[in-house]
Amino acid sequence: MPVDLEIVSPEKLLLSKPVDMVVIPGAEGEMGVLPLHAPMIVLLRGGEIRLYSGTNVTERLYVSGGFAEVTPERVTVLANEATPLAEVSRAEGERRLAAAEAEYAAADRMDVPALDAAQDRMQSARAMVELAQAA
Amino acid sequence: MPSLKDLRNRINSVKSTQKITSAMKMVAAAKLRRAQSQAEAARPYAQRMERMLAALAASAAGSPTAPRALVGTGRDQVHLLIPVTADRGLAGAFNSNVSRMTRNSIRRLEGEGKTVKILAVGRKGRDFLKREFSANLIGDVTYAGRKSINFTDAQEIGTRVTTMLMAGEFDVATVIYNQFHSVITQVPTEMQLIPMKLPEAKVEDAAAGAHAIYEFEPDEETILAHLLPQNLAIQLYRALLENAAGFYGSQMSAMDNATRNAGDMIKRLSQNYNRARQANITRELIEIISGAEAV
Repeated sequence: MPVDLEIVSPEKLLLSKPVDMVVIPGAEGEMGVLPLHAPMIVLLRGGEIRLYSGTNVTERLYVSGGFAEVTPERVTVLANEATPLAEVSRAEGERRLAAAEAEYAAADRMDVPALDAAQDRMQSARAMVELAQAA
Repeated sequence: MPSLKDLRNRINSVKSTQKITSAMKMVAAAKLRRAQSQAEAARPYAQRMERMLAALAASAAGSPTAPRALVGTGRDQVHLLIPVTADRGLAGAFNSNVSRMTRNSIRRLEGEGKTVKILAVGRKGRDFLKREFSANLIGDVTYAGRKSINFTDAQEIGTRVTTMLMAGEFDVATVIYNQFHSVITQVPTEMQLIPMKLPEAKVEDAAAGAHAIYEFEPDEETILAHLLPQNLAIQLYRALLENAAGFYGSQMSAMDNATRNAGDMIKRLSQNYNRARQANITRELIEIISGAEAV
């Protein structure tokens, strides 16, 4: 019994297909989701989504962050962007990393939410650079 | 009685107006299709977000540390209005409906002794409100010259609103936009963004069941802190898209009417022209015949 995976961006439905397993980059670590998983709502960090058919990876996508809703029969990923790994651009990642670092440096040290947001963006950009390098 | 030449000139000018309006109608129809499919494509995300939000919000709304974006500041003194209009006109009452609704809201709120701030999205609404309420206008966003809007635009407005909320610059935020019902009907609508209004039935559902079922990682409040600004951007994105689709729909029907009116006018003018021409011929004939008889 496969699990139905949906990846949705605000602009369109990016992907919808049944998979045997999907690995999503949760904020507290990667998690693999098999059918009949306990219902969860998970915050995502920037990282890689891997789709499995049996034990083989069929597709790898980069997401910059977002949310995932897991129920026993489906996984819904709400992501601002999801790009196939082959199309991830290292230059774009580095540009974003530089922007996020500048933002972090410029932020008020007492403004914790702004620092956190900048840190999230740095992490997401770093993941993008690393994945682009690996691909 | 206008001369034949005058009539001919007028017919020609109305004809060229008609050409323009019918071309504009075609263009609006094509753009409407694109705007509609964009709005359609945005729907799945909004629906899923709403589902997640319902599960989360019900559990967090009661807690004293509930995020501001969900419950507001607890006061009702400073209102932020966000009227969304188009950047261009020639679309019937489309822009003025929203502007007028905004004006009524401002008057009502000020009558109640509240402070009103306006963040105008779209050039037409800004220009309208500037005349009367320039003191209340705190900012504006326009997309003049842009082909289409994307989610980043909505996010920018969302960030602006969130920053203002965190700084305590307003208590209640409402967006006023044209809801797209069909090509010929767009209904100006007020939608309260902050504090967030959850549909009643859903709150009960979520309180009864969903919360008990879902696990949250890392925890409800962290997720909410990320989800709420996103939701705000999504709501604004929806308003922007509906505005775009509604604008083209409204422009299309306005141009359709204009084309038809021009057609009627051409018909009437041609009739006058033909009458005048025949009267001239008859008069000339009478002159010739009476001239011939006199000889």
